[in-house]
Amino acid sequence: MSIPRYTAVAVLFHWLIAVAIGSNFVLGLVMTDMAMSPAKLKYYSYHKWAGVTIFLLVLLRILWRLFHRPPELPAHMKTWERALAGVSHLLLYAATLAVPLTGWLFSSAKGFKTVYFGKWPIPDLLDKNPLLADLLKEAHENLAFLMAALVVLHVAAALKHHFIDRDDILARMVPGLRPRTGG
Amino acid sequence: MRFALFCTLLIAATAAVAAPLTIDYPKSSVTFVSKQMNVPTPGRFKKFSAAIEFDPAKLDTSKATLELDTGSIDAGSAEGTDEAIGKAWLHAAKFPKATFTSTGVKSLGGDRFEISGQLTIKGKTLPVTAPFTVKTQGDRQVYEGAFLIKRLDFGIGDGPWNDPDTVANEVQVKFRILAAPGK
Repeated sequence: MSIPRYTAVAVLFHWLIAVAIGSNFVLGLVMTDMAMSPAKLKYYSYHKWAGVTIFLLVLLRILWRLFHRPPELPAHMKTWERALAGVSHLLLYAATLAVPLTGWLFSSAKGFKTVYFGKWPIPDLLDKNPLLADLLKEAHENLAFLMAALVVLHVAAALKHHFIDRDDILARMVPGLRPRTGG
Repeated sequence: MRFALFCTLLIAATAAVAAPLTIDYPKSSVTFVSKQMNVPTPGRFKKFSAAIEFDPAKLDTSKATLELDTGSIDAGSAEGTDEAIGKAWLHAAKFPKATFTSTGVKSLGGDRFEISGQLTIKGKTLPVTAPFTVKTQGDRQVYEGAFLIKRLDFGIGDGPWNDPDTVANEVQVKFRILAAPGK
């Protein structure tokens, strides 16, 4: 097998963060739609705890990534395709940091400290400020939807590689998916 | 003659009790801290009135009353305030006032004292005791103290909110009253 796969660590980071972000995105949609109730307050806390966890995981992942090169892209890819792939991956990394970051700032500006798992208070980078809180709320939401759009693009690209280009881009990130070439 | 007698009695009566103080409302505050999912959430009452008669040499006749406009609550956020005024919490429409009436003041040594009294919220009356300090700030006296209440004892947070896991049962109430002697 000569095809370059992602390492187990890279695959684990990718799917752990993907599942966490997907779940927390849905939780965010559900909780903001709920009427005021104890469950709503609970969900907000869970959403914040998950956001902090994702932020830490993404930081770890980027740190790890700085010292580990990903496998080469398939030879058939054109220069503009490589550039687009590079930019979209960069934007995904940026969004996965910006969404939790704006959420944290939003919470502080709203006057609600984030207490990680109800135990560890996370410092407020901003003082309470209702006007700024409204802006940060917009930013947090819009960035989350932008991130969702990037994920859709990301998935569409992976499927395009798999079913149209018939290369190994998808197989090298999906455990158990058999590569088409190599061997 | 009768008037002179009246005046004598009035002076005698005034001398027997501590003189009422003039409250500096803009500089005074009644605030509280509740805990939502273990996140300390500060709030305050924007409108209240207090009557204080205090003389450290005449603690027997020293007394205080405090009346809070429940509808003037600021629970820390617009959503929280809407909820707090509602039926399940303070039910401001039916119980527009929360009152405290002292029953006794005792010295704890130095500038520290303790006031006991009856606290009525939402039609329920329970005894409370609050330590406080009296300090002089220019020509003002600063009365500052705090006490804990158990919100569920007063039926604050009925129905689904009757769950101290989300919003803690203990609420810390803090007062800081600036007053000038005489009228």
